[in-house]
Amino acid sequence: MANPTVIWLSSFLLSLILAPLLPGIVNKVKAFFAGRRGPNLFQLYFDLAKLLRKEGVFSATAGGFLQVAPPVSLGCLLLAALLLPHGLVRSPLGFGGDAVLFFYLLGMARFITVLGALDTGSSFEGMGASREMQFSALAEGAIFGVIGFIAVFTGRAGFTMLPADGGGEWWSVHAVSLLLAAAAFFVVLMAENCRVPFDDPETHLELTMIHEAMILDYGGPDLALILYGASLKLWMYAMVLMMLVLPWSICGTWLGMGCTLGGVLLTAVVVGAVESSMARYRFLKVPRMLVGALAVALLGIFFRLVFEGGIQ
Amino acid sequence: MTAWCEAVLAAFLLTDIMLAASSRLLHCIRIVAAQGLLLGILPLVIRSWSEVHPDQIWISLVNIGIKGVALPLLLILAMKQANVRRELEPFVGYSLSVVAVLGLTGISFWVGAQLPPPVEAGVRLAMPVAFSTMLTGLFMVMARRKAITQAIGFLIFENGITLFGTGLMIEYGLVVELGILLDVFVLVFVMGIALFQINQEFEHIDADKLNRLGDWSAPDEEDAEALPTPAEEGR
Repeated sequence: MANPTVIWLSSFLLSLILAPLLPGIVNKVKAFFAGRRGPNLFQLYFDLAKLLRKEGVFSATAGGFLQVAPPVSLGCLLLAALLLPHGLVRSPLGFGGDAVLFFYLLGMARFITVLGALDTGSSFEGMGASREMQFSALAEGAIFGVIGFIAVFTGRAGFTMLPADGGGEWWSVHAVSLLLAAAAFFVVLMAENCRVPFDDPETHLELTMIHEAMILDYGGPDLALILYGASLKLWMYAMVLMMLVLPWSICGTWLGMGCTLGGVLLTAVVVGAVESSMARYRFLKVPRMLVGALAVALLGIFFRLVFEGGIQ
Repeated sequence: MTAWCEAVLAAFLLTDIMLAASSRLLHCIRIVAAQGLLLGILPLVIRSWSEVHPDQIWISLVNIGIKGVALPLLLILAMKQANVRRELEPFVGYSLSVVAVLGLTGISFWVGAQLPPPVEAGVRLAMPVAFSTMLTGLFMVMARRKAITQAIGFLIFENGITLFGTGLMIEYGLVVELGILLDVFVLVFVMGIALFQINQEFEHIDADKLNRLGDWSAPDEEDAEALPTPAEEGR
């Protein structure tokens, strides 16, 4: 068994390097379903390299916050990444309630982006900001359903899902409730990362954009930071999903790290498949989906509490 | 085999929630069909495979045939005849319905945890799931406006009763269930005819309007006087 800290650190660095691969995979899968060849798998890397060589141009009506927002927002995301267990190893910085801090750091990153969008004074960006906040407020309920599930499961609201008995038995006993929580979290993943049933990352019509409308005014290195941040966010959500799905008995080994990385890439494939098989929802239908995700997470808690050994 | 059984029951709960959230009638009917299928599978997975009586397979097939195929087809027929596609303006909105069903599920789980486990315990989980399915069915009857959605609610209610019987592995439960099934069959049949007739007569199947039938106007309804009652029209 290798040193857990080494595994955590190497997995963390790999995450930072590999994150821009995820949108590439999603686009490749979508292209496959549409019968196209699709952009290169490493397209986002090329885009980032190109954008970093340019220089930013800022609107004269904007205040100073527009320029501050992208680095601050990316900083919040990186801070959140430090809290995450990588490769099924607890983060050295982790503590009892780190799951709550993790999701609120992501919320902070979004808040900063929204402020930056409002700073431009463009009406489209204001509209995008308003929608983003509305949907994220609803998604928060589902997120806390899942955090509640983790808390019921482990007794702490943190990413410390190390089972007491640890092993295959644990997985077979709690399979149903774990799957319910994972399904709820998958819906949150799609909503929070602006994937298709909720938002279309490829859209170029300002009236229907949500997240994309907020970053219209950025270019050059700032856009690069934002694009990188978005892919990192998708990566982190997929990591959390993997924590719910993978058995923790393989934690602390290189196998665990490999499974997590593979699982994250597989999640991107699933996201691409879902995106190509669904049409985007009307805005009115989005809250219903998110309330449904909350309901599913709560069902997982019911199952766990009543029938898998809590209240008997 | 408990893991499979739990999975089936969890799928049952999920269908309940989906039913509360869906506005399209065709979607609702498909969910009812899916529940019928799950109900047919359940007796086969509730015991270990070697203990399953050969007759049980036939019973399951008949169950799936009636609840998963025949009744949904009848409902689809009624839907086409009445020419309705979706439930517009339900009494309780869809998001609120999901929350309500969730609350009912919570209550059922609480009740299920309070009740003493049956002597020959089938699956403990079956009882609360059955309760919440019944309550969901009744909720649908109350919260929806169209007669056809209310018929769907009754079907869900009946699914809950069957689930209760199957989950507790009542010995001669089948005979009772067949009786109930006959009732529901007649109900759907009558509903189908009634829906058709209502639709022919009034060009809609809004059951709420039936509250105003009769030749007296209810004293507490102020707007009833503004609208001509059928009796006044006939005069």
